[in-house]
Amino acid sequence: MSEPNVNNGCRCGCDAGSKMDVQNSKLKEADEIIYKHKTQKGPLLSILNEFQDSFGYLPRAALEETSKVLDMPLAEIYGVATFYSRFTLKPRGEHTISVCLGTACYVKGAKDIFDELLKELKLDGSGETTDDGKFTLEATRCLGCCGLSPVMMIDGEVYGRLTPEKVPEILKKY
Amino acid sequence: MDKVNVTIDGIVAAVPSDYTVLEAARSLNIDIPTLCFLKGINEVGACRMCVVEVERARTLQAACVLPVSEGMVVRTNTPKVREARKTILELILARHNRECTTCSKNLNCELQKLCDEMNIKEVPYQPYEMKVEIDDLSPCVVRDTSKCILCGRCVNVCKKVQGVGAIDFSKRGINTMVTPAFGQSLNDVACIGCGQCIKVCPVGALSEKDDTEEVWQALSNPDLHVIVQTAPAVRVGLGEEFGMEKGAPVTGKMVSALKRLGFDKVFDTDFAADLTIIEEGNELIDRLNNGGKLPLITSCSPGWVKYCEHFFPDFLDNLSTCKSPHEMFGAIAKSYYAKKEGIDPSKIFVVSVMPCTAKKFECKRPELSGTGYADVDVVITTRELARMIKQARINFAKLEDSKFDKILGESTGAGVIFGVTGGVMEAALRTVAEVVTGKELQNVEYTAVRGLEGIREAQVKIGDLDVKVAVANGTGNAKALLDRIRKGEANYHFIEIMGCPGGCINGGGQPFIMDKNEIYMSEVDRADSLYNIDRSMPLRKSHLNPEVKTLYDEYLGKPNSEKAHKLLHTHYTKRSRF
Repeated sequence: MSEPNVNNGCRCGCDAGSKMDVQNSKLKEADEIIYKHKTQKGPLLSILNEFQDSFGYLPRAALEETSKVLDMPLAEIYGVATFYSRFTLKPRGEHTISVCLGTACYVKGAKDIFDELLKELKLDGSGETTDDGKFTLEATRCLGCCGLSPVMMIDGEVYGRLTPEKVPEILKKY
Repeated sequence: MDKVNVTIDGIVAAVPSDYTVLEAARSLNIDIPTLCFLKGINEVGACRMCVVEVERARTLQAACVLPVSEGMVVRTNTPKVREARKTILELILARHNRECTTCSKNLNCELQKLCDEMNIKEVPYQPYEMKVEIDDLSPCVVRDTSKCILCGRCVNVCKKVQGVGAIDFSKRGINTMVTPAFGQSLNDVACIGCGQCIKVCPVGALSEKDDTEEVWQALSNPDLHVIVQTAPAVRVGLGEEFGMEKGAPVTGKMVSALKRLGFDKVFDTDFAADLTIIEEGNELIDRLNNGGKLPLITSCSPGWVKYCEHFFPDFLDNLSTCKSPHEMFGAIAKSYYAKKEGIDPSKIFVVSVMPCTAKKFECKRPELSGTGYADVDVVITTRELARMIKQARINFAKLEDSKFDKILGESTGAGVIFGVTGGVMEAALRTVAEVVTGKELQNVEYTAVRGLEGIREAQVKIGDLDVKVAVANGTGNAKALLDRIRKGEANYHFIEIMGCPGGCINGGGQPFIMDKNEIYMSEVDRADSLYNIDRSMPLRKSHLNPEVKTLYDEYLGKPNSEKAHKLLHTHYTKRSRF
């Protein structure tokens, strides 16, 4: 009977891990996190939570390692990672855009502002980061300046009385 | 089993206490409509089609997941229930790409059927704009998420039954989708192409890659010599597409239909199955006698082979080096047959009709080209052949019977049972027993390896040797078996694995069973039908096939000869599990 050939990258017997372990020091840290929680019942959420805290996002290599160690399909882990808004799959962008979707801003058309940003930045939804790593877009509740509604904030700077047409102009500043 | 008393629509009955309301109702011949429900695989109460009124319950209850209890009173057909079911369907339709007439599931769609039965005449809600993103990069399975109703059947058949988990739900709320990890294409993940997801999809969100146009083009190209071969399971499935009963054997009509479609020769993959047995049987004897890698594991099922490459690469040396039968056929067609008939092999176009979507990937493997040309040019499924027959306006039911052509059309009963789980094992044992003992085998039926259970084990006496064998069907069961071997809890000499539950008769390319309660029964019918054909054959051992004997005498020499190796054997590639 053949023994699974054990190599240094991965514990399942395949060699997929060895490609990643060379350059990725994160993987060692990920491994420590995975093995810390592995024996508890339903370990996935604890692992993802700690990844998010330690790395600031869920690195793909870490999710692949989780899939191997827990013997759980990567698609299932990806499903959990995209279900909870707490998790992000990319590092946070250089700038964070927070769009208020609270009541006052909403009735003044904040949804149109948000949609315009999605279009401009080529994103699918809240919590996502652009491919170039420049912006992270978030929907938030009341920012406390309803008089300026609809409002968004970029890295602490407030932009009020927005219209979709103003959005591209503002983004150009960053 | 304890029983409890329930009243459903006024009928009082004692039913087993572990029944759900759905099971109890159906046992009383009261039908409750279901959409996402799939017995044993997807029992999640997601779609709410099966809601019923239960006395003393505050809200409507999903019958598919509600256990019965003593004194329960259920009503399945009240205004409230009818209204709720209608609303559910209308809401599903508002978020469904309704292009029924051009949909792959047109007339086979469970949603369409329910809408008809529930008298849905309009959709009162503003349709949600579904982004149409079609993933057709995989040679086997096409995904159209704009038609997906998020029932979860495909997710669970892939994960629980096949042990693959290539797809799952991602995101949430209105954005929920069924996708591979990181929104990749099925072609870029560890999908094995088995097509079980297509079989269970109630709508047209999943379908096979349609290759019929390529076949039509070849048929109308006067420069090509177009030959076709049919797998064993096709002949007990095809009739269902033309309203015949489940498992009806239609070998003769199928051959006639293929001749009418214009194929130059109609051959039988069963011939190549017999050839496979000679090669694989001798490989087994060689490994047993000469300390080769054991257990030997069959390699006929391309879904299983790809599964092994992705998830069990440490077992690749255990796989038989034999190509699958239809690939062997292709290699022989473009060498021996080409030479004998004096046809330039570059002008021979080989079409395989298979119960299988994974074979579409297999035929594109670059290593499967023993003659310098691809062994097989195109694979179409049983369903695609049915479409071609319908398109050509052939009245299938009224066709006369025809016979396969010579010199690659003769087969034995051993070849035909390749289509059902346990069949390859049984066929191999028939031949190996005679080769090893040199005596004629009297009772050819190894019933210990038959049946539709997921994993079966047996010990077979061959000469002085007790040969330990195992049979697994569905790659999830293969995983369970191989995990036990990895841990040292089990050991065998010879293992047969088929990728689909039940074997090829239930392959991803076989006719759809609309009533999903009948899936298991149709497997039984198709299996019985193959065993009946086996019993009716004058020859039932592969090594007695006269055309195969001639092939060895005139061309290949001995089993496992150098020439045989070049044409009939292959190697495997370790693949990532992501």
